[in-house]
Amino acid sequence: MAIKVKFFASVRDEVGAGEIDIEPVPQARVRDVWAGATGRPLDPHVLVAINQSYAGQDDPVADGDEVAFFPPVTGG
Amino acid sequence: MIIELRDSSFDAFDELARFTRERRDLAGRCGANAVFVGSMRDFNEGDAVSSMFLEHYPGMTERELGTLCEESAGDDDVLEVLVLHRVGRVEPGEHIVLVAVFSGHRAAAFRVCRAVMESLKHRAPFWKKEELETGQRWVARNTPG
Repeated sequence: MAIKVKFFASVRDEVGAGEIDIEPVPQARVRDVWAGATGRPLDPHVLVAINQSYAGQDDPVADGDEVAFFPPVTGG
Repeated sequence: MIIELRDSSFDAFDELARFTRERRDLAGRCGANAVFVGSMRDFNEGDAVSSMFLEHYPGMTERELGTLCEESAGDDDVLEVLVLHRVGRVEPGEHIVLVAVFSGHRAAAFRVCRAVMESLKHRAPFWKKEELETGQRWVARNTPG
């Protein structure tokens, strides 16, 4: 399995990719997944979802999870 | 609770008329209907905007809209909630969002319509990218209200 990492909107533009698969790391947290996928520090304003539900930057991530990073939302 | 994303232009008032014709089960029970319609402006932060692209997170957007509608409408007096939201390319004047709440009495209709709309603005994963004369830009934040 792998961790599927997704990026949306301005975060995708900054990272330069929409989706990256990374190898799971034991005890990984969201910020470790970000670092593994992008090689840069995680901006505290970036929002996170794990398996399509909002999560925190320090939440644990399991093998097979879908982790998404995106900016504040602007719908409506 | 009906939630739909639309990738082409819709008229919120036509949609509402069609919905109320189709949902005759609400007639008689429903004493109040509060409606919010959001449209695209041709200006933002002092700049002319010629069009915009509404990005979303397929799957999560629908799911989050469902969750926030359930939370907002957790009221015995609410009979139905309808949410339509555009995605993709939008032109000024086109409708972006319709929130319609059907309830027994007006208090729940007004309250839940506002609550759904505010939760949508803060939680539903949509992002606007504007087309300006000088290029494109992401909308960084919502207007306060």
